[in-house]
Amino acid sequence: MSEQQTPSSPAADNPTKHRESSRSRLGLSGATVRNLGLVAALLLLCLVGFLTGGDRFASVQNLMIVLSLASVTGVIAIGMTFVITTGGIDLSVGSVLGLTTVWASTLATQTMADQYGWIVMVGCALLVGLAAGLINGVIIAYGNVVAFIATLSMLVAARGLAELIANRRTQIVNQSSFESTFQGDLLGVPKIVWIFAIVAVAGWFLLNRTTFGRRTVAVGGNAEAARLAGINVKRHLLYVYGLAGLTAGVAGVMLLARTGAGSSTNGLLLELDVIAAVVVGGTLLVGGRGTIVGTVIGVLIFATLTNVFIINNIDSSVQQIARGAIIVAAVLLQQRFARRSTS
Amino acid sequence: MVTEDPAAPLLQMQGIVKHFPGAKALDGVDLDVLPGEVHCLLGQNGAGKSTLIKVLAGAHQPTAGTILMDGQEIQISHPVAALEHGVATMYQELDVVDGLTVAENIYLGHELASAGFTQRRTVASRTRELMARLGHPEIPPHREVGELSAAGKQIVSMARALSRDARVIVMDEPSAVLDSGEVDNLFRVVDELTSQGVAIVYISHRLEEIRRIGDRITVLKDGVTVGRNLDVADTPTDELIKLMTGKNVEYAFPERPGVPQDAPVRLEVTDLSLSGVFSDVSLSIRAGEIVGLAGLVGSGRSEILETIYGARRATHGRVQLDGKSLRRGSVGAAVAADIGLAPEERKSQGLLLDEPVYRNVTLSSFARIARGGWLDERAEKAAATEQAAALDLRPAGVDRAIRTLSGGNQQKAMLARWLVHGCEVLLLDEPTRGVDVGARSEIYDLVRRLADAGTAVLVVSSEIPEVLGLADRVLVISDGQVVHSGPAESIDEHQVLDMVMEGSAA
Repeated sequence: MSEQQTPSSPAADNPTKHRESSRSRLGLSGATVRNLGLVAALLLLCLVGFLTGGDRFASVQNLMIVLSLASVTGVIAIGMTFVITTGGIDLSVGSVLGLTTVWASTLATQTMADQYGWIVMVGCALLVGLAAGLINGVIIAYGNVVAFIATLSMLVAARGLAELIANRRTQIVNQSSFESTFQGDLLGVPKIVWIFAIVAVAGWFLLNRTTFGRRTVAVGGNAEAARLAGINVKRHLLYVYGLAGLTAGVAGVMLLARTGAGSSTNGLLLELDVIAAVVVGGTLLVGGRGTIVGTVIGVLIFATLTNVFIINNIDSSVQQIARGAIIVAAVLLQQRFARRSTS
Repeated sequence: MVTEDPAAPLLQMQGIVKHFPGAKALDGVDLDVLPGEVHCLLGQNGAGKSTLIKVLAGAHQPTAGTILMDGQEIQISHPVAALEHGVATMYQELDVVDGLTVAENIYLGHELASAGFTQRRTVASRTRELMARLGHPEIPPHREVGELSAAGKQIVSMARALSRDARVIVMDEPSAVLDSGEVDNLFRVVDELTSQGVAIVYISHRLEEIRRIGDRITVLKDGVTVGRNLDVADTPTDELIKLMTGKNVEYAFPERPGVPQDAPVRLEVTDLSLSGVFSDVSLSIRAGEIVGLAGLVGSGRSEILETIYGARRATHGRVQLDGKSLRRGSVGAAVAADIGLAPEERKSQGLLLDEPVYRNVTLSSFARIARGGWLDERAEKAAATEQAAALDLRPAGVDRAIRTLSGGNQQKAMLARWLVHGCEVLLLDEPTRGVDVGARSEIYDLVRRLADAGTAVLVVSSEIPEVLGLADRVLVISDGQVVHSGPAESIDEHQVLDMVMEGSAA
């Protein structure tokens, strides 16, 4: 996986001659080394899981559990990678996800879906997510409100709207075409894991192979330079936040499929897990560098961690402490990298 | 406070040398400041004034030379040491904190406190004393500094210097942010301070101001003191300008082939105005012509370029390319019409420093390089490599981060960006800033070659010889107005300086 990411920028991550020469002997770029470090951390976690959980950890069934767990967070993390690469943040993704699950599972939506098929529910979730993201984008790009505040407001407002619509009740999904399309396995792998895989691959191409991705990096690396190069920075930010909202909608569909229920409490505090995974993955919070591969591994690390703790019946409070420690350690390492590359 | 012997210098700098990697900023500067005098520091951009005041402020350490205060050698190893020795500096960008009150700003960093609690009443009464001493008792200590005008902020900055018992106050172009009424006020305060024995080192481009309040002048050129302790009253303007310009480093400028009279007009700017910055600027550039804008920092020349480019929205006037009007305030429209800008601050406005060269070069050309939003990295690298070879970019590889390139080669990469895009009009803002002397001629040659190929070029530079040597035609800008327009060969540096300095007097 890490091999795939290198062709995009063999020299980009080798700012100093010294590092370049020492690495080129091994044929590795900075991005590869960072991703290898993440893979090593993931393998270490798996080793711990195997030693403590034995076959309960190392089984295909458990692997699928971990992947399912990672999928919902993972899809949003792909969108968040773009947002953070521009130097922004989106705190609203968790509550937007909650809103999309509620809106897509109301009695009215499900009744319409009975008539026209699952596309109604999916379309509803995607549109609601996209709309929330575009509203964020307009406020941030054209209203010049800092992303933190704009998306914090959306976090509160979307949760409120979800409560209003659901009337604080859990809405059970019993729409047959939706269930048959999104629940269960395909080729032995849960369908929501397939969705995550598709979104991740699409996200990788979008970031590394398209003008959209290049603009995202440019806006995050130096917004003024991007503007003076002729890039419409405001419009691009609008698109990026729209994309983040859209991924929240996709994740909403996946959560509906996994839990079979729409609720205004869905996705509570999910934004924290998402941001943690993206940052641990190596995307710079200040913008200008983003990595989809890193984000995917970051998501897997946290999902595996949770799984190892559950298998060993360890208190979830302890797990929170471990998560905090991992985030701090990852950011400290990142800063060391950033310092070395600018010196 | 006035010393017994008025001839004994308060502050002396002797043989100050400051090397930066790859460049010498100061190469033997002497400065003697007497107590109670206004000592003016004069010099062109790049003469070493800012470096010198940074040495005085403790921000830079001199490579060689000595600094004496009252005849005793002192070391100014850090900014606080400067204050302890009685040297305070007022920078052009005022270093006051808008969110704090006047009193809090003045005592910032040396708060009066007992057991951790600030002594608000003492601070307030001392602040009132300082304000009265500066002739501004109407500014209350508890006023938030953000509510004050630029002039008010300057007073606060001076009060801070006095609160530290400063005996020498360095003022870096203090009048640049003031209107003429406020300048009068500033001069009253300066008089007040000097009558109390405080010495002022006053930096300004404006000769008229220097004549009004200055006592003696030191002239810097290329990091060397070329005029020492000149008496303001006895030194004619001619003499000062000759000292400042002197014999310049000779750059080899390319030949001017001459622009044919029938060459089509590429860029036509009519009555372009940006309120508060410049007004009614009209100019036209023919295909193959290089036009230079000469003027001081703050005269509006960079803003003119940025407004033509659409990075600022003109309040009035229009820009036409080949007879077609451009949409106001739209960089996208300018780029689409094949206008390119190499901005003044290459690193903060032009480049993605951590990205490889080729991505910086193709940043404006996605329409050419990409198909349906998909980038073809091979085509990108090929296009960048082609231009890198044409411009003799060194090192030649386009994969390395652009941060690792020298200033001259970064500038070449900026030019390559517009060559890949294709450009009919090239706007160059300080094209040789941060470029080694050796690499400058290369840039000049490149610009001329572009013009010969039919590009219309507009160049802004602080270095007047550069404008005069490179351009076919020169426009002199002063205070946002075009004060002269004519062939570059029929005007010399002296005349240009005369126009921009006398013309910009407040």
